[in-house]
Amino acid sequence: MYMIRTLFTIFLFFILPFKVFALIEVDITRGNLNPLPIAVSPLSIDENSKQNFEKILKKNNIGSEISLVVEQNLKASGLFNPLNKDAFLQAPEIANLKPRFEDWSLIKAQALITGKVNYVDEKLRVEFRLWDVLAGKEMMALAFTTVPNNWRRVGHIITDKVYERLTGEKGYFDTRIIYVSEEGPKTRRIKKLAIMDQDGANNKFLTLGNELVLTPRFNPTNQMVTYLSYFRNLPRVYLLDIETGMQEVVGDFPGMTFAPRFSPDGKKIIMSFAKDGNSDIYTMDLENRIVEKITNHPSIDTSPSYSPDGKYICFNSDRSGYQQIYIMKSDGSNVKRISFGNGLYGTPVWSPRGDLIAFTKLHKGKFYIGVMRTDGSGERLLTENFYQEAPSWSPNGRVLIFYRETKTNDKGEGFSAKLWSIDLTGYNERLVDTPTDASDPSWSSLLSN
Amino acid sequence: MKLNKILNNAFLIIVASLALSACAVSQKGTGQMQGDVYTGADTVEYLASGVPDRVFFATNESVLTTASRETLRKQAAWLRKNSKVTIVLEGHADERGTREYNLALGERRANAAKDYLMTYGISSDRISVLSYGKERPVDSGSNPLAWSKNRRSVTVKAN
Repeated sequence: MYMIRTLFTIFLFFILPFKVFALIEVDITRGNLNPLPIAVSPLSIDENSKQNFEKILKKNNIGSEISLVVEQNLKASGLFNPLNKDAFLQAPEIANLKPRFEDWSLIKAQALITGKVNYVDEKLRVEFRLWDVLAGKEMMALAFTTVPNNWRRVGHIITDKVYERLTGEKGYFDTRIIYVSEEGPKTRRIKKLAIMDQDGANNKFLTLGNELVLTPRFNPTNQMVTYLSYFRNLPRVYLLDIETGMQEVVGDFPGMTFAPRFSPDGKKIIMSFAKDGNSDIYTMDLENRIVEKITNHPSIDTSPSYSPDGKYICFNSDRSGYQQIYIMKSDGSNVKRISFGNGLYGTPVWSPRGDLIAFTKLHKGKFYIGVMRTDGSGERLLTENFYQEAPSWSPNGRVLIFYRETKTNDKGEGFSAKLWSIDLTGYNERLVDTPTDASDPSWSSLLSN
Repeated sequence: MKLNKILNNAFLIIVASLALSACAVSQKGTGQMQGDVYTGADTVEYLASGVPDRVFFATNESVLTTASRETLRKQAAWLRKNSKVTIVLEGHADERGTREYNLALGERRANAAKDYLMTYGISSDRISVLSYGKERPVDSGSNPLAWSKNRRSVTVKAN
């Protein structure tokens, strides 16, 4: 549909070698009680480049726009506190050459981002530097060249690099969210697939809303999506290539197929198949279309999700009488229940880091998003609400995105569904802005690595 | 001692009357429900005169109640008389469950209705099953009565 990969070649090179020791460090395993004060100086731009980009992108100053993307990302992470630009004493072009560290420490900045934008052969060239203000040292310097339309992605990639340098872990900013857009009355919702950048920009609808669509999920290795569609009133698992718009049915069995997800290598789809009142878990190899039955039990077995090494599957079953979380080997052997707390457990999703399983829990009329270790120990509930479910992990396994629905009033009015994110520490809960109501989010892997 | 006994008895009476009045209140509040199964006629439509189109379920359950079985026997009798009619059984769940589990639950409920119709002589060739999970509530309320109306299997004429 739009050609991310082909259009987008980022040339990335280091201007100067990395310093090998980390001076400032951000600890992301604790809450964001003391976000790191950081100054994001607007990227400087010469007059000629400015005019060229203004013509192409209709943006008055693309240098400032890119640094704004960086600033908003850092703020949304909850780990950084971008300082107010009005307090900056040094002009962007001079700061990028050699910051006057006294000026930046005066406004309490501990880290500083500076940079420069150029128009080179119809391309956008951006360089940026990260500085440790207290030590008075440069921590990293990078440059990118890309087509001008990718300017927001440049901001996301800069954020990823800064985040990685300061936290020691990969970022999650150059990513997208696929989700279900919702409109209309609760009894007759119109649902469409939609996709947007992780920060809500570049929202696009991928289906028209003629049929009910649910639970889109990204392939972790590329930009393919699997989802459930009620096309012709036959609920089936589909595959969608979001670059070409090509759709095909993959779960065309004589019954309902649903709850699809990709295997970590992207080569299989794992899903539920319901027939005669019983749902079991199956896999389909996308290359040779060989179907394998993984569970064989008269209970409901659904919501399967692979471990990142592909060796295990966590899933939801009511074989004990109620919804609980189980794990098994990927061939279906060694089934073991892991959720034993009070209440019902659903929607298990294995963290891309492998160490945790996120879930939805229903207990005493409240819904929780939580995480537990893969043996079921260490359950932690991150957020409680009237209704929320379906967590999806950021590619670095630090943030969860999920959806939340409101309670209607006595007349059945006031329903809404929205996307929210929360980080693993349970702090930094945020509404993720969408143009319509939204549900069933799925986080992509990093677009560029 | 004696006083104690009297007080004790009085206490029991108070407890009993409280329990009774609690019953009365809950009866009044949920007059259209038995347990948490909907027993009213609010949303019910009719396939033919005296043949209701839907049956209701308890939370997380797919067991047919006595009333549901009676409704399905009426449907079966009507279907035997109208042998050309084919049907879709649409299974639904309330909003208080995760989406994927509810899709499976809706399918299970519709199949419970299908199995019962088949034991009353309706061929499986005439019945298809479609689960909507929690996607198509009839009542948009967020309260136990609304949820009870939404936990249902609806028999819809397909031709």
